[in-house]
Amino acid sequence: MDTKGPLPPDATLVAGLRDGDEAAFALIVDAWSDGLLRLARDFVSTGDSAVEVVQETWLAVIQGIAGYEGRSALKTWVYRILVNTAKRRGARESRTVPWSSLLTADDEGPTVDPARFRGPGEPYEGHWREFPAPWPSPEQQALAGEVRRNVAAALAKLPRRQRIVITLRDVEGYSSDEVCSILEISAANQRVLLHRARAFVRAELEAYFTTVRATTEEGEVAT
Amino acid sequence: MSDLDCDEFVELVTAYLDGALDEETQARVARHLSLCDGCETYLDQFRQTIRTLGDDRPGEGLPAEARAALLAKFRTRKN
Repeated sequence: MDTKGPLPPDATLVAGLRDGDEAAFALIVDAWSDGLLRLARDFVSTGDSAVEVVQETWLAVIQGIAGYEGRSALKTWVYRILVNTAKRRGARESRTVPWSSLLTADDEGPTVDPARFRGPGEPYEGHWREFPAPWPSPEQQALAGEVRRNVAAALAKLPRRQRIVITLRDVEGYSSDEVCSILEISAANQRVLLHRARAFVRAELEAYFTTVRATTEEGEVAT
Repeated sequence: MSDLDCDEFVELVTAYLDGALDEETQARVARHLSLCDGCETYLDQFRQTIRTLGDDRPGEGLPAEARAALLAKFRTRKN
């Protein structure tokens, strides 16, 4: 089977797994382990632990596939097993896992620096002082690699719960419902965490593009 | 229908993109966007950020030994 192409539908995969079709198992292990590793890394303290959590997850999939009822997509079901395994593991490593349904101080307050907006008493209170400067279009970005590095660095700086939610939603491409189901959080809290995370990454990219623009302009003056 | 300020708009972007706003707020957002170039740029940059996040990030995958051990487990599992 071509591992680069789209995966067969869940029904085919599940039937294969239940029939002991090793190729079907290898297919999903290869397709999903990267995403599972990234997610596991947010719960446990070392890369080795993350690998073990992913292995444990796949073992649980082997053992549990007979009981999978198809109420959620297969991949969502696997991710939920990963999150539960990783949480248990994280707790055992006594890495603090402040994963409650409650939002924390990290998740409050404006997501854009209030100084960017006109203040009370000024005309047009609450409006931009200066509009955000446009970014180079993605096509003209010889910077794509550099942009991705900045995004990765921004993700690493996020509070963990925000990072987990934005990774699932925007990196892995899960829907809001799926993320709520994987993490067992409410839609409202999921949205708060996601919005803060996105606003932070956008601000980091904005800072990066501002530096690039300044450097380019200096270069133009110099030549 | 009261006007939305830019500092309110920036907090509604994710809910707007998810289609999670009530009808009235949705309409206020749309109206604000039609009037405010700054917020339209902000929304574009939000979308661009989301697209960049979704760009393929190839990982290193499971270590070969771990993968082999899992496949072996799968072969020998009891049905």
